[in-house]
Amino acid sequence: MSYLELNNIHKNYGQGDYETEVLSNINLSIEEGEFVAIVGFTGSGKTTLVNLINGLLEPTRGEVLFKGKPVFGTSHERGVIFQNYSLLPWLTVGQNVFMAVKEVFPKKSKKELNAIVEEYVEMVNLSHAINKRPKELSGGMRQRVAVARALAMKPEMIIMDEPLGALDALTRGNLQDEILNIWGKDKRTALLITNDVDEGLYMADRIIPLKPGPKATLGPEFKIDIERPRDKTELNDNPNFKKTRNAIIEYLMDIGNERKSEAQEAIVLPDVEPKAFVGRF
Amino acid sequence: MKQSITLGKVTKFMGLGFLSTLKALFTGKLEKEDFIKFLRKIVVPLASILLFIGLWHLGAKTLYDREANFKIEKALEDQGPEAAEVMRACIASGDLSCQPNTLPAPAQVWESYKSLLRDHNIISADKAAFKEKTAALNAKRISEGRAPIVYTGRPSFIDQIVMSLKTVFAGFLLALVIAIPIGILIGLSPTLKSAFNWFIQIFKPVSPVVWYLLVFMIVKTVLIDSTEDSSFVISFISVGLCSMWATLVNTAMGVSSVDKDYINVAKVLKLGPFQKVFKVILPSSLPLIFTGLKITLSVAWMVLIAIELLAQSPGLGLFVWEEFQNGANDSNSKIIVAMFVIGIIGFLLDRLMLTIQNTVSFNKNEGL
Repeated sequence: MSYLELNNIHKNYGQGDYETEVLSNINLSIEEGEFVAIVGFTGSGKTTLVNLINGLLEPTRGEVLFKGKPVFGTSHERGVIFQNYSLLPWLTVGQNVFMAVKEVFPKKSKKELNAIVEEYVEMVNLSHAINKRPKELSGGMRQRVAVARALAMKPEMIIMDEPLGALDALTRGNLQDEILNIWGKDKRTALLITNDVDEGLYMADRIIPLKPGPKATLGPEFKIDIERPRDKTELNDNPNFKKTRNAIIEYLMDIGNERKSEAQEAIVLPDVEPKAFVGRF
Repeated sequence: MKQSITLGKVTKFMGLGFLSTLKALFTGKLEKEDFIKFLRKIVVPLASILLFIGLWHLGAKTLYDREANFKIEKALEDQGPEAAEVMRACIASGDLSCQPNTLPAPAQVWESYKSLLRDHNIISADKAAFKEKTAALNAKRISEGRAPIVYTGRPSFIDQIVMSLKTVFAGFLLALVIAIPIGILIGLSPTLKSAFNWFIQIFKPVSPVVWYLLVFMIVKTVLIDSTEDSSFVISFISVGLCSMWATLVNTAMGVSSVDKDYINVAKVLKLGPFQKVFKVILPSSLPLIFTGLKITLSVAWMVLIAIELLAQSPGLGLFVWEEFQNGANDSNSKIIVAMFVIGIIGFLLDRLMLTIQNTVSFNKNEGL
């Protein structure tokens, strides 16, 4: 039995004539302690997939199994790092993390809770900004707060929805390492959604492409057989890395082209003229 | 780290940023950019005020002349050339009995303002004297369990302003107490929203006068045994009912349109319903609630005048009405004084709300 299992998931939005199938026949299984990355184009339904797994959405058909039990609603066992940080702007960094910690460990004293908050804020190197509001922080700092908030809840599985998408390359690299550190420390299970193939290659054990929607479905998986810890600079010379990277990019290009040609075919207009108006003026 | 609080920060916070520019001028710390700012924030407004007063003066003079000519003309027609001459001389002499009754000039308004202040001093002195005179008697009456004798002379202009402020604050509190809880409930529950929506849509546009009449009908009957003057109760309830709609609608809108991201956070953290309302929904709708409260306070102040006038509650509204009915020589200029006082107090109330809003809300607004 897998740790997380998605069986024949379909997700539709809208009703009646406006109904569109966003995700179609998604099958995925993740083992405990694994780091899986799902790579896809923007608008291919990645966020929908994440929300199905964390319980914010329910599938139209099919089922999501977490540790063998169907998922109904959200759970503290599955921590989420949102794409757009989703920090509460009226709370300080510390208060944002504290609110989450307090919900997960309601029985702990305030002192213990504060200790956890400080530990995780320290971990993302934001101790100096613990009393600042999100508005006073840069994008990278905000995302680190979101990371701290998700991890302070000590979830068994970390679900990340393009967590580093809006960051500059340097901050991005640092945060990738931080996330890998935490994941490696107590071998949690992680699911990373990204649009950056290199990010997936650097961080994950497996990469699964999401074919673009509507009717998005998962493509064939690519195993990444590269020893951990991985070194960013050495990766470029690793033959395994090159091979996998080329294979994935080729695959993504192919489905991109396929989609383009499909789209072209679809928009061929009929060759008609408004006959009724000819010669009227 | 605590940030130091300076005069500049405080005034900017209250939407009175021009004060710090003024300070820079007097302390001689004016930079070149500051000079442009000084021109824009102080010189331009002052110039436009002077221009306004100038135009007002000219307009008032034109109206005065027209009215005077008409009077002389009328005397000529009705009573002949001699009477017209007398009238002309009388107007020129500035005699109070024959002054044309029209828009007063700025100088006249200023005179009336001073005379209202003098009047206030006289009445205050009168009141103090009365209090002194009746102190012993009142102490005796209270010890005997009887009501003390109170001053029943006419209120001064300042007393009337205070009365109006009391009414508007009582009305505002009433609006706040009714509108915010109902707004939150309506915003949270679509069922309650459709239950209340017709009510809001129908009663929102009702005029202050009609609200006054409705409140009058009810309060009159409720307080039928009481010998107390019910005008204050009637006017503050009417003001509250007229002005609460903005807060009600804004609160409901703020609560129902909380950013989906925040709702998702609440779901992922698994906050309970109570926590969700107080920790996520209310804080995020505070800016809209305060926008509503600001509108409510300005509407309350605006309808107050009409309602006091109807309710005969001794505030600014009654002052304006009585001066209009009075028709004394300086009545018109007193009405204009009241107009300015009403406007300035309205402006100050708005700033007060802005200051409170900036203190409690995360979404800092620039003062307009």
